[in-house]
Amino acid sequence: MTAAPDHTPTFAALTPMERLDKATPILMVPVLVVLGFLAIGSTSSWLTLTVSGLAMGMMIFIMASGLTLVFGLMDVINFGHGAFISVGAFVGVSVLVALSGWTGAASLMLNLAAILLAVIAAMSVTAVLGWGFERVIVRPVYGAHLKQILVTVGGLIVIEQLIHVVWGPSEIYINRPEMLQGAVTFAGAAIEKYRLLAVAVGLVLFVAMRLVLRRTKIGLIVRAGVENGEMVRALGYRLSLVFIGVFVAGSALAGLGGVMWGLYQEVITAGMGERMMILVFIVVIIGGLGSVEGAFIGALMVGLLQNYIAFLEPKLALISNIGLMTAILMWRPQGMLPVVKAK
Amino acid sequence: MSDPILTLKNVHTDIAQYHILHGVDLEVPRGQVTMLLGRNGVGKTTTLRTVIGHWQARAGSVFFDGQDITALPTPARARAGIGFVPEDMGIFTDLTVEENMVLAASSAPLDPARLDWIFAAFPPLKTFWDSEAGNLSGGQKQMLSIARAMAEERKLYLIDEPTKGLAPAIVSTMARALKDLKNQGASILLVEQNFSVAKALGDSVAVMDDGKVIWTGAMAELAGSAELQDTLMGLSMEAH
Amino acid sequence: MVTWLLSGDKPRSAILAALLIVILVCLAGAPFLFPGVRSLETAATICIFIVLAASYDLLLGYSGIVSFAHTMFFGLGAYGVALGTTHLGRSFGALATGTLAGALAAAALAFLIGLFSLRVRAIFFAMITLAVASAVAVLVSQLSNITGGEDGLSYRIPRVLTPAFRPFDEEVLGIRFTGKIINYYLVFFSCFALFLVMLRVVNSPFGRVLQAIRENDFRAEAIGYRVVRYRTTATCLSAAVAALAGAIYAIWLRYVGPDTTLSFEIMLDILLMVVIGGMGTMYGAVIGATIFVLAQNYLQNLMGAASEATHSLPLIPELLSADRWLMWLGVLFILSVYFFPTGVVGRLRAGR
Repeated sequence: MTAAPDHTPTFAALTPMERLDKATPILMVPVLVVLGFLAIGSTSSWLTLTVSGLAMGMMIFIMASGLTLVFGLMDVINFGHGAFISVGAFVGVSVLVALSGWTGAASLMLNLAAILLAVIAAMSVTAVLGWGFERVIVRPVYGAHLKQILVTVGGLIVIEQLIHVVWGPSEIYINRPEMLQGAVTFAGAAIEKYRLLAVAVGLVLFVAMRLVLRRTKIGLIVRAGVENGEMVRALGYRLSLVFIGVFVAGSALAGLGGVMWGLYQEVITAGMGERMMILVFIVVIIGGLGSVEGAFIGALMVGLLQNYIAFLEPKLALISNIGLMTAILMWRPQGMLPVVKAK
Repeated sequence: MSDPILTLKNVHTDIAQYHILHGVDLEVPRGQVTMLLGRNGVGKTTTLRTVIGHWQARAGSVFFDGQDITALPTPARARAGIGFVPEDMGIFTDLTVEENMVLAASSAPLDPARLDWIFAAFPPLKTFWDSEAGNLSGGQKQMLSIARAMAEERKLYLIDEPTKGLAPAIVSTMARALKDLKNQGASILLVEQNFSVAKALGDSVAVMDDGKVIWTGAMAELAGSAELQDTLMGLSMEAH
Repeated sequence: MVTWLLSGDKPRSAILAALLIVILVCLAGAPFLFPGVRSLETAATICIFIVLAASYDLLLGYSGIVSFAHTMFFGLGAYGVALGTTHLGRSFGALATGTLAGALAAAALAFLIGLFSLRVRAIFFAMITLAVASAVAVLVSQLSNITGGEDGLSYRIPRVLTPAFRPFDEEVLGIRFTGKIINYYLVFFSCFALFLVMLRVVNSPFGRVLQAIRENDFRAEAIGYRVVRYRTTATCLSAAVAALAGAIYAIWLRYVGPDTTLSFEIMLDILLMVVIGGMGTMYGAVIGATIFVLAQNYLQNLMGAASEATHSLPLIPELLSADRWLMWLGVLFILSVYFFPTGVVGRLRAGR
C-alpha cells in the first residue's frame, strides 16, 4: 500500500558523476568563455566580446529575475512583463533628457547622479505600475494559465499603446552620459565603459539578490514558497503579500533593465520590451522556471553566445539562442536548475 | 469538561466537483490526543485540510478556541495557534534543516530550550542541522516535519499519518515524541493508520466513513472491544 | 444539407445565424455589392483571416493551447507560394507545389515544437513558440538572397488571376470583370471550404477528445487518451491550415514580406479576433475576424473624426487618435477575457 520504508541515511558521499551533474550548470559559463576563446583566437577580440556578452547577459538577467520568481511563487506567468521594460526605459530616458546639463557635463559624479535619478524614477514608476497590474490584471486570473497569458498579453498591448499616447509614436534617441561614452583599452582590447558599468550593476544585483534569498527571513519565505506555497501559508505567512512584494520588485527591476538597455542601445521604442521578452523567456526556460540562479546562468550564456556567434557567423547570431535553448531542453527538459515543486 | 479546542459542525467540503465531506461533526477536547480513524479515502485528510484552511468548507462551521474560523485564510488560522503536519510532510527540500526550523517559528526566533527538547526527541536533526532537507531520509524528513510543528507552542496540532511508510524503529521514535508532546499538555488531532500507535497515544477517537464522523468515544472503549473495531474499521486496520 | 455542411454544429442563436448569413452573403457577393479595390481587399482579407483565426481557435479554444507561432505557419504557407512561383515559373502547378510544400513544412515544424514543449507544461509551449517564431522572423529577414529580406518578394501568378485578364468585353452586372475577381472567388471558395473542414474536425470524435483534454487532461489521460499525441496532432493540423491560409493570402497579394505575414502584430491580431469572437466556437472566428478587419480599416476613420471633434480637450484627442485603435481593442480584449470568456458568440448563444 505504501512505498517501502526508506530510512537509510542518504548522506553517503556523492559519486563523482553526481557531483559533476550538480555542478554542470555552474560550469557552463566558464566553459563557454573558454570555447569562445578557442574559436575566436584573438585575445583582444575575445575580451571585447566577452565583456559585451556579459554586459548583455547581466541586463537580461535583471529583466528576467522578477519574472522567474513570480512564476515560481504563484505559478503566474506574466507576458506583460515586457511592458515594464519599455515604461522603465521611457521614464528613465525622459529624466536623463531633462537632466541634460548633468549628463553632458564632463564629470563622472554628475553623470552617475543623473543615471541614478533616472533609475530611481523608472523603478518607482514601474513598481507602482506593477502593483496596479497585479491588482487589476493578474489577480482575477490566479490559477488559470490560459487566461493569464491572454490577459497579460492584453495588458502589454494597452500599456504599449499608452506609451505612444504619452511619449508620441516615434522612437527616441539618447546619448550616453559624457563620461560613459567611448571605451577603455585593456590588454589591447577596446572595452566600452558603459558595458563595464552594466556588468558591475548586474553583479551587484545578483549578489544582493542571493544574499536576500539566502540570509533573510523574507528570502527564506520566498524560497520555501517557490517550492511549496501551501505549507508556507500553513506556517502562518501571508504568502499573497510576499507575492505582491516580489511582483512589484520584479516590475521595478524590469524598469531598471529597461533604462540600462535603452542606454546600451541608445534608442528606445515602445516595442522594445516586447522584443526583449523573447530573450527573457529563453533565459527563464533555459534556467528553469522559478530559479534565480538558473536565470543568471542562462542570461550570461545567452549574452556570451550571441556575441561570440555574431563575431564568428553574423547571420546565425540571432537564432543562436534558439539553438542553445533546444540543446538545453534536450538535455534537461525542465531547464538547467528546475525548481522542484513538492506538489 | 472545559469547552473543546476545536469544533466542526456539519462541515461540507468539495474538491473541484467532488463532494468529499458530507457534514462532519467533530469535537477535539483540550489537552488530549484525538485520533481520527477510518479507511482510506473517507475524508480524514480533507478534514484536516479544511481545519487549516487549504480547502474551504462549503457549508457548516469550524470553531477554534472559541472563535469561528470558517472563513479565515490559512495564515490567520496558523497564527491563531494551529500547527499542521501534512501527509506529504511539506518539507522545503531546497532549504537546510535549520532554515526549515527557522521558518517554522513564525512569530519569534527559535527558543533554544525548545530546540534542545526537539533535538532530544529527534537526534538526527541535530546531526544534519546544516544540510539540505532534501537529502534527509524519509524518516528524518518525517521527524523534521513534526519538529517544525513543535518549533513553537501551539494550541492545536493537526498531524496526518506521521508513521506512514516508516520502519518500526522510527515509528517508535515518532510515537515517543508525540507522547512527549502530549505530556506537555498539547491538544492533538492525529490521523493514524497504525492501530498500535493509535492505541498507545489516543485519549479519544473519532471514526470516519464516507465523509462523516460515524462514531466517537474513548480510546479505551474502542481498544477494549474487538467487535467495535471490526464493525467500525475492519478494512483499514487489517492492512497493518 | 446545411446541417451536413455545418457538421451538425448549428449557430444555435437566431441573431448569430442572421449575422453569419449576412457575412456570408456580403463576402460571396463582395465584388458586385461593394465595387472598388479597397472593399475587395477588405473582403479578401476577411476571408483569409477567418480561416487563420479558425485554425488558431482549434488550438486556443478547442485544445486550450496558447501558441505564439501561428503567424510563423501562416508565413510558411505564404513564402511557400512565393518561392514556388519564383523558382518554378508562372503556373498553377507552381502555386500548388508551393502551397503543399508550405503546409507540409508548417506541419513538420509544429510537430517538432510540439514534441519538445507539449509534454512538459502548457506554459512552456506559449513561451517556446514565441521564441521560435521570432527566430524564424529574424531568419527570414536575414536570408535576403532567398526571401527578399525585409523587402519581401513580389512574383507573378497566372494571368487568369490578375487584373490584366479581361474575359469579357462588356461589363458584367455593372462592373468590369477581371482576373482579380476570379482570384477573389478562388480566395472565397478556398476559405469557405477550409472553414467547413475545420468545423468538421472540431465536431468529429477527434475534436471531442481535444475538448475533453482541455477540460481535464489528467482525466483524459486516465481514461486512456494519449494527451500529448492528441495535442501534437491538433498543433500540426492547425499549423497546416494556417499555412494554407498563408498560401491563399500570398496568391491574393502577389507579394510576401515579413510585415504582412510574420510579424508579432498579426499574431496579436489573431489572438484578439479569436477571443473577442468567442473561443472554442469556430463561428467566433468568423465574427471576430470580420469585426477586427472592419475595425482595422474603418474604425480608424471614425476615431480620427472623434479625435478631431474633441481636439480642444486635453489628452482625450490623443487617446482617440486613429493610431490608438489597437489600444481600445486591447481593453476590449481584457474585458472579454474576464467577463465574456466565450466572446460574442457565447453571449449571443446564452442570450437566446
